[in-house]
Amino acid sequence: MVKESKMAEMQRVGEVIEASTTDFVAQCYELYQIPPLGSLVKTGDLNAELYAVVCNAATTSLEPGRRPIARGKDETSEEEIYRSSPQLMKLLKSEFGALVVGHKKDAKLYHHLPPQPARIHSFVYQCTPAEVTEFGQSFDFLNILLNARLTVPTEELVAASLRQMSQAHQDPRVFLVAAGKELAILLSGNLNQLKAILGRIRQ
Amino acid sequence: MNERLGIVVSGSLTKGVEVKLDSSASIEDMVVGRFVTIEGQKRRFFGMINDVSLGVIDQKLTVTPPDTADPFIAEVLAGTSTFGTLHVSPSLVIGGDAIAILEGPQPVKTVPSHFSVVKLATQQDVELVFGTEDEKRFFIGNPLDMEVKLCLDLEEFVKRSNGIFGKSGTGKTFLTRILLIGMLQKSQAVNLVFDMHNEYGWAGTREGGPPVKALKQLFQSRVAVFTLDEENSRHRGVSTDGVVRIGHDEIEPEDIVSLRQTLNLTEPAVEAVYQVHRKFGKNWLQNTLDLKDSEEGRELLKELNIHESTFQNLRRGLATIRRLPFTEPNPPTNAVKAILEHLDRGTNVVLEFGRYRDITAYILVANMLSRRIYTQYQSRMEKATATAKDNLKPRPLVITIEEAHKFLNPEVASQTIFGTIAREMRKYNVTLLVIDQRPSGIDSEVMSQLGTKITCLMDNDRDIDSVLAGVSGRSELKSVLAKLAAKQQALIFGHAVPMPVAFQPREYGSAESYRDFIPGDKAETEKDIEELWE
Repeated sequence: MVKESKMAEMQRVGEVIEASTTDFVAQCYELYQIPPLGSLVKTGDLNAELYAVVCNAATTSLEPGRRPIARGKDETSEEEIYRSSPQLMKLLKSEFGALVVGHKKDAKLYHHLPPQPARIHSFVYQCTPAEVTEFGQSFDFLNILLNARLTVPTEELVAASLRQMSQAHQDPRVFLVAAGKELAILLSGNLNQLKAILGRIRQ
Repeated sequence: MNERLGIVVSGSLTKGVEVKLDSSASIEDMVVGRFVTIEGQKRRFFGMINDVSLGVIDQKLTVTPPDTADPFIAEVLAGTSTFGTLHVSPSLVIGGDAIAILEGPQPVKTVPSHFSVVKLATQQDVELVFGTEDEKRFFIGNPLDMEVKLCLDLEEFVKRSNGIFGKSGTGKTFLTRILLIGMLQKSQAVNLVFDMHNEYGWAGTREGGPPVKALKQLFQSRVAVFTLDEENSRHRGVSTDGVVRIGHDEIEPEDIVSLRQTLNLTEPAVEAVYQVHRKFGKNWLQNTLDLKDSEEGRELLKELNIHESTFQNLRRGLATIRRLPFTEPNPPTNAVKAILEHLDRGTNVVLEFGRYRDITAYILVANMLSRRIYTQYQSRMEKATATAKDNLKPRPLVITIEEAHKFLNPEVASQTIFGTIAREMRKYNVTLLVIDQRPSGIDSEVMSQLGTKITCLMDNDRDIDSVLAGVSGRSELKSVLAKLAAKQQALIFGHAVPMPVAFQPREYGSAESYRDFIPGDKAETEKDIEELWE
C-alpha cells in the first residue's frame, strides 16, 4: 500500500489505546519519547486521517496500583539507576493525550471533528513540517482548543500549539501575528485570556 | 492606487456609513475630505471621508491598555481589538446602475449593503465625477491629497450667482483670479470686476513674494482696465483703457439708499432724497448742496416737509460724495457707456479703484454702474424674449464684487441692485460673483440664491453656519471646512459640482503656471523663465 509506506516514512510515536470523538490517548513505544506539548500528530485509517494536538502527557507505572520507589540513593547519576535496574524500562510507560482538531478525507482537510473517533491500536505519527504548514492555513482549530475542557490550562495549550506550528513556517512571526489576530477576535470578550496567550507566544 | 481600506459595517442614508478599517490600512493615512468608492453588490458609490475615529472591541481595553511597547502585541491588536473607523457619506452612484452608466453620476438614494468593500477613489473615478479638462471644464485645483485634476464646468457655474468666502489671507483673491481666467477662457460670459484693492487688472500682490501677473498681462486683448484713479494707475505702471469720472447729475436717489449705512444717514434723510430729487430733477445733488440757509431755503424745506435736522444729516452725507475726487459736476466722458460697449464686444472689464479704497466710493460706483447695466440688460432681454430672437440676448455677464456684505446685508439687500441681481437677474443673463470674508453679514435670502459656493478656512461659527445653510450633510461638511489649512485649501459645493469637494487650488504665480493658463504662448513663457533666473 502506497499510503501505508508513506506513513511509515514519518516518525511513528505511538499507538492509540483509548479513543473518543473529541480526543484519544496514545502510548509511546519508547519510554519518554513523548511528542512535545502542543505539537500536531495524526492517526487514522484508510477512510480518514485524524489530526490532533498533544494536550497532556504522563509517565506512570505499568500496573495502576504499583508506584515506583526511589532507587538512586547509592547511584551517582540518573542513568546509573536505569543501567542497574534495566527492568524499569519495561515497568514504566509513557502516554499522551491528544485533542482531535480536524481530519482529512479524500485529500481534503477539514478543521472540525471527524465523523468517527480513532480506532484502538491505530498508529500515531508526528506530522511533518509540510503537513503542519498546510494545517495551519486556517485557524479554525483554535476554537476547538479554546473550548476544550482539559487538565492543562487552555492558554498554555493554545500558546504551545501555536509556538510549535510557527516552527514549521518560514516566517514564524507572520504566522503568530495572524494567529494572534484570530485570537483577538475569538477572545474579544475575554481580554485577560487573550493577554495571557499573547504573552506566551510573543516573539 | 486602488487600495482597499475596509468594509462597510453600519450606517444610514441620512447619516452616512461607518467603515471599519482593515488592519493593513493605517488610520493616520486617512484624511477628512478624501474620496472613496464603495463597491456595493449592485452599484458603485462615490463618497467622501467626513470623520475618522478609533474603536475598541471591548471597553476594558481603554481602561487597562495592553503593553503596546511590545511590537508583537501592538501588531496583533491593531485592526482586531483596536481598529479605526471612517465615517463616509456616499453622495453619488457612479456605476452598476443603468442610469448611472448612461447619464453619469447620480445622486444616492440608498446605501451600500453590509460589508461592501471600500477603496480609495482612483483617478478614473474622480474624472468620472468631475469630468476632465475640455472646452467647457476648467482645471481649478487638485482634490486634497490626490494628484487628480479637479475640473469645474464653468458654463454651468456662470448660470447662477456664486460666492467665494474665507477669512482674510486664506487665498480668496488667488482663487478668484483663477476662476476669472477660467470664465474668460471656457465660458461665453464676460466679466465686470469691481477691483477694490487693484488685484485683478494688471498685477496682484503676493504675501512674501514678487507681484503676480493679473488678467490684463495674461490676456491683453480680452481685458480692459478702467480706473477711478488715473494717477495711481500710472504710478503702478498700469496701462488703462479708460478713466471713470462720475457726474453729479448721474447719481440717483437709489444710489444714496445703498449708502445709507456708510454715510450714516437717518431713515427720514433717505426719504428726503426722493423729495428733493422730485423737486430739482437731474441736478438735485448740486442744488441740494447749494441750498442756502436762508428764508427761501427754509420755505422750501417746509414745502417739502423735511425737518431741519434731517436736512443737515442729508447734506453732510451728500457733501461726502461730492468730496470724492472722481465725482465732477460735468465729466467729459460717459464712463458707463464706455464700459458697456466693452462688455458688449466681449471684453472683460476690470475697474480699479486706485487709492479710493474707502467703502463709500466702492459702494457708490459699483451700485451706479450695476444699476445702469441692469436696466440695459433687462430691456434687451425683454426685447429678445418678446421677439423670440436668441441672438438679441445680451452676452452673459458676471459682476464680481468684494466686501459683499456691505451691499448685501439684510438692511440694504432688498434695496440695492445687487440684491435684485442675486435674486432674479439670472433671467436677464447677469450673475454675481460675491467675494466676502463675513458671509454671516449677507442677507440669508441672497445666500440661499447663490448657486456654487467656494469657501476657504473660516473659524467664526456664524460665518460657517451661514455658508453651509441649506446644504445637505452640513454637519459633515462643517468638519471638513474646519480642518482646511489656513492657506490654499478650499471647499466647493453647490450647483456646478456634483458633490462637495475640498481642494487645493492650482498654482498661480510661477512662469509655468502662466503657461498652463495660456496654451500656445510659449515664447512669452520662456522669456518669463529667463527673467526668473536673472
